[in-house]
Amino acid sequence: MDASYEEERPVEEERPPPAGAWSQLTAALVAALLGVAGLIGSWRLGLGRLTEPGPGLWPFVISVVITLLSVVLAIIGRQALDSERFNRASLLVVVAVVTLVLLAVAMPLIGFEIPSLLLTFVWLRFLGKESWRSSIVISVVTVVAFHLLFVTALQIPLPRLV
Amino acid sequence: MDFLNPVLDGFGVVLEPANLLYCLAGVVIGMLIGVLPGLGPAATIAILLPITYGVEPVAAIIMLAGIFYGAQYGGTITSVLLRLPGEASSVVTVFDGYALARQGKAGTALGIAAIGSFIGGTISIIGLSLLAPIVAEVALDFGPPEYAALALLGVLLVATVGRGGKLKSVIAAGIGLLLATVGRDTFTGASRFTFDSLNLADGIDFVPIAMGLFGLGEILYNLEERHTRVQVPAKVANVWPSRSELRQARGAIGRGSVIGFVLGVLPGGGATLSSLVAYAVEKRRAKQPERFGHGAIEGVAAPETANNAAATSSFIPLLTLGIPANATMALMFGALLIQGIPPGPQLVSEHPDLFWGVINSMYVGNVLLLIMSIPLVGVFVKILRIRPAILAPITVLITLLGVYTVNNQVFDIFLVIVFGVVGYLMKKFGFEPGPLVLAFVLGSVLEIAVRQSLLIFEGDVTGFVTRPISGTVLGLLVVVLVLPLVKIVLKRQRRSL
Repeated sequence: MDASYEEERPVEEERPPPAGAWSQLTAALVAALLGVAGLIGSWRLGLGRLTEPGPGLWPFVISVVITLLSVVLAIIGRQALDSERFNRASLLVVVAVVTLVLLAVAMPLIGFEIPSLLLTFVWLRFLGKESWRSSIVISVVTVVAFHLLFVTALQIPLPRLV
Repeated sequence: MDFLNPVLDGFGVVLEPANLLYCLAGVVIGMLIGVLPGLGPAATIAILLPITYGVEPVAAIIMLAGIFYGAQYGGTITSVLLRLPGEASSVVTVFDGYALARQGKAGTALGIAAIGSFIGGTISIIGLSLLAPIVAEVALDFGPPEYAALALLGVLLVATVGRGGKLKSVIAAGIGLLLATVGRDTFTGASRFTFDSLNLADGIDFVPIAMGLFGLGEILYNLEERHTRVQVPAKVANVWPSRSELRQARGAIGRGSVIGFVLGVLPGGGATLSSLVAYAVEKRRAKQPERFGHGAIEGVAAPETANNAAATSSFIPLLTLGIPANATMALMFGALLIQGIPPGPQLVSEHPDLFWGVINSMYVGNVLLLIMSIPLVGVFVKILRIRPAILAPITVLITLLGVYTVNNQVFDIFLVIVFGVVGYLMKKFGFEPGPLVLAFVLGSVLEIAVRQSLLIFEGDVTGFVTRPISGTVLGLLVVVLVLPLVKIVLKRQRRSL
């Protein structure tokens, strides 16, 4: 394979280094816990009998499959390279999620405009590293555009200030 | 020619000016969101689901078909210009498409992709119109055991044929099935896993799950500055390919259409598989195979034709059996259900107007795509030059405010955030969200079919195997599951030798 061909491969391959055995084990453990929770929950609902299946029978069967496969994953999947290490950039995701939650909490109280404005601004300035000026301009324009689109044009009952 | 009447009636509906406008809007919006780096067709359709809500069913389907085609083509644009395939089915397009773009022939590549997609889609729609009613006729005799077997096959094939680790994909599918059980049990009325929350009493809505896992999850994942080195070519000119280029691509488009149609009907990675096969076929047939990877026009024409033909023919299992063949079809399934149109064998006989409406709207979407893509390529190139940092918050707002408008409930926004985080973590830990969403969509179908079968068999599980059709499907399933295991064992043995 010559060099120019290599260059034209899809960029999706640019992934951070794989995260290693502990991360694989954690993933398998979380899935297994989910399976066990499902087992307990569906047991409580009542399994019934095969001739008369109770509400818990189907979720019970699925939970058994999830739990068993997670255990298998924990045993044979530790060497897999398909997970990604968390890095400094992952902190951006944490900040992003906080802004999303704040929007969801604040929107019913003070309308969608101010939370949307703050969200757009934080994403532009701090997550996207745009300049102060363009962050302010773009976030204001975006919120005005959304107001015109959702409230004025489509008349959707969004909680709002104006 | 009586059977043609409903087909023509369907065209009458679709060609009404208002519906054409919806289709046009769908194509343009689908392309707009579809060209955002990292957002493939599934993510695009998920983010745009709410905008199809306010309109009546036929218009909504027409708009969805437009979004579907637009989103597909949006992925092609990013493959060619940025070597960023929106989804697995346009990965091979990158090899020659990006090479052409670097030679200043991005326009030609995009033009030939649009023409190929159009022809492949058209041939596939004709095949679908002929084949679907026959399959639906056969499927009318299916009982619960057959449906249980088919749905199970659908879930497992998507999990094992798609990308990502097979074991992880099956676990993700299992979690999707488990999530589908939340809410009231249809048989006993018992509340399951609702934690006494009124919001969960009727189960989890499909829209927030799809928008969270596919839409928000992708956006969060892309926040980690994965695509910093991409550069957009300054200018895209000459979108219309020359006569000699068209002649060169002719055979590839013809073969790609057939390969795409046939492979697309199969559940799992139909579109992906067919684009790979079509590319390989062209490379093998070529007199100078070394041109491939360095800007061979057939290398763009074949996979793009095939994946569009396959994307269209993958509507066959959805519309005739009610079994979506891949994650994108799972979204279409959810969208049709929300519109009050349960896809299945009864659709063609009981609602011929809707059935043919769906198919014809695909045709119109396809035509509009061809008409729109050529003049609009310049616009999309401009959009690509807008930094992702600016597009990300706008897409997020569309997603969050969009999901709120579906039920006017803040709870849905929280659900999207939760599933967005889940989707992000799944990608980080090597789980694909596709199988989860597909299994979630098929979950209630599968459970109801299994429990009805148990009642029919009076609790005798062997009934699934002894009925001819469900038995055959289950046999197929065993083969699908066992083959990879056998391969692994053989490999290990060889390695130890």
